[in-house]
Amino acid sequence: MARMRYQAALARALRDEMTADPSVFILGEDVRASLRGVSRGLVADFGRQRVIDTPISEQAFTGFAMGAALAGHRPVVEFQIPSLLFTAFEPIVNQAQKFRLMTGGQAKVPVTYIVPGSGARRGLAAQHSDHPYALFAQAGVKTVVPATALDAYGLFLSAIRDDDPVVLFAPAAVLGTREEAPEQPEAVPLGDGRVHRAGDDVTVVAIGHLVHDALAVAQELAEDGISVEVWDPRSILPFDWEGLRASVEKTGRLVVFDDTNRTCGLAGEVLATAAEEFPLAAPPRRVTRADAPIPFAVELEEALLPSRAQLAAAVRGVLDREVVR
Amino acid sequence: MRSDLYRTMRTIRRFEEQVVELVNANEIAGVTHEYIGQEAVATGVCAALRPDDVITSTHRGHGHVIAKGAEVRRMLAELLGRTTGLNRARGGSMHIADVSLGIYGANGIVAAGAPIAAGAAWAGREAGSDRVAVVFFGDGAVNQGVLHETMNMAGIWKLPLLFVCENNGYAVSFAASEATSGSIVGRAAAYDMPAVHVDGMDVEAVQAAAETAVAHARAGDGPSFIECETYRFVGHHTAERTMKLGYRTDEEIERWRERDPLRVLAERMTPDEVAALDGEVERLLAEALAFARESPRPAVADAREYVYASGPLPREGVSA
Ligand SMILES: Cc1ncc(C[n+]2csc(CCOP(=O)(O)OP(=O)(O)O)c2C)c(N)n1
Ligand SMILES: [Mg+2]
Repeated sequence: MARMRYQAALARALRDEMTADPSVFILGEDVRASLRGVSRGLVADFGRQRVIDTPISEQAFTGFAMGAALAGHRPVVEFQIPSLLFTAFEPIVNQAQKFRLMTGGQAKVPVTYIVPGSGARRGLAAQHSDHPYALFAQAGVKTVVPATALDAYGLFLSAIRDDDPVVLFAPAAVLGTREEAPEQPEAVPLGDGRVHRAGDDVTVVAIGHLVHDALAVAQELAEDGISVEVWDPRSILPFDWEGLRASVEKTGRLVVFDDTNRTCGLAGEVLATAAEEFPLAAPPRRVTRADAPIPFAVELEEALLPSRAQLAAAVRGVLDREVVR
Repeated sequence: MRSDLYRTMRTIRRFEEQVVELVNANEIAGVTHEYIGQEAVATGVCAALRPDDVITSTHRGHGHVIAKGAEVRRMLAELLGRTTGLNRARGGSMHIADVSLGIYGANGIVAAGAPIAAGAAWAGREAGSDRVAVVFFGDGAVNQGVLHETMNMAGIWKLPLLFVCENNGYAVSFAASEATSGSIVGRAAAYDMPAVHVDGMDVEAVQAAAETAVAHARAGDGPSFIECETYRFVGHHTAERTMKLGYRTDEEIERWRERDPLRVLAERMTPDEVAALDGEVERLLAEALAFARESPRPAVADAREYVYASGPLPREGVSA
């Protein structure tokens, strides 16, 4: 067992799939030089036909990937900045995602869109700090947010192999993290959650980099005798509702820790489903990003992002409030 | 062959006239954008193509889809919302497609087909084929950023791609002359590709221009641009008739009708030839309509099908 670095895991997944499947290629801005490390070294081994630098034309290169996919390829499109997805929302959500339905299943559209470095990164300010995974899930696009190196490897592999469009958000805060990994890591299926830490009192749903914060909070609360289960959906769509149900049936309490805006964010959906369908012993809570763009000054940025202290308070809160049914 | 060109144009014309009646009779839901008046463009361009070539089309797509060889009866079935439709009643007019024939869809979004065609053009070359791709779009699309992004990419990568602009003078009610600074072919030329302007009411002129562009693309010499000057004889869509938008005069429409592309071609043929083809098309469409009407409607229980190739069905809108 060696410790695998998250960013290297993404690079390895791409290299492994490009080796295994000649229809896989990557395109995007500065992918030959590999500004984000995902395609590092690939141009030397696979050539410029499969590692394609594009002009700064997000709409066109995103639509181009769809056309190539319809013609039999498995493109990986890299976005240098998360908010660039907004400029490519049309070709992803309105074209690639809807094509199969619109054609009555005539074709598959196996495109992977990857954002290596999503979310806030201290000091990058409003236009470089978005983490818009809920937006894509809301629009029906398969969406994954790997929290660890192994999941990054396994979910990237599954995304590339999937016959539908998939967006992969790699949170900036975890790109440098490491995880014990076997010689040959495996694919992680879409729609399969992961229990990072088992517990009995409260289920904490944590996504992406917040998994690591949730684990730290769980450790801290354990010292007070509070047993937290940290559950990571890994895929936002499809979502592992059965996995979450199993956890909540055990704990009866739920807190969602989610770095998307509060209004219409992922946490709201999880709480709503839990309220309707799961046996809750107390009203659930959520700790999310505030409903505001990220300001520049570091203390202002931190003030709007979900924090460990907020999570600890929310966990204590759901334990305090017993509901008589 | 003139008879093939005429048959295709006549099929498009009569198909569209049929569709207008069916929309007005509420047999077709929604609105459709008719290709009446523009038949020479799709017909002339597709006459220069092979079955393995790819096209992307527009909201005004029936003509392109017919000219590329789709089965007319399955098109009508689609518009009538039947399971035998090309898209199993999931697409309708604005998304009609037959991927097996290289028809990567009509498209409800102006200019959105451009990069999709570019990707298909690239893929063909990667596969070692000399197949080409064509993107059809209107005069309104020439002011869309994605079209320009795509022209640039096609230029730098020398993609085997044809940009076919159908300049019918208007984007809904807005005149192309008012919307567009400079000339359309001038813009294309700026991306370093051959750009020509042709009479879009003369199918043989369109075909000749397309053949030149296709040969250029198949030879590996990159993209071309063809602006076809044409006109739509009816409203922007079937609903316009009741809207009284008043952006063009009856005289203008009449002037263009004198250059009806079917008449322009028929004048180069014998009356007997034309009459025989007209009869053939009537029989084809009558059979198509009967087929569509007799075809089953979709089961509502299947409304969430065909969204994903794998994984769970989309969630329902009611609580479990
Ligand atoms: C991007 C986009 N903007 C606006 C519309 C609404 N719309 C549909 S067709 C159309 C006019 C298109 O004009 P043109 O490209 O000249 O095609 P034509 O209708 O003349 O065939 C508009 C504005 C749309 N479908 N897509
Ligand atoms: Mg127009």
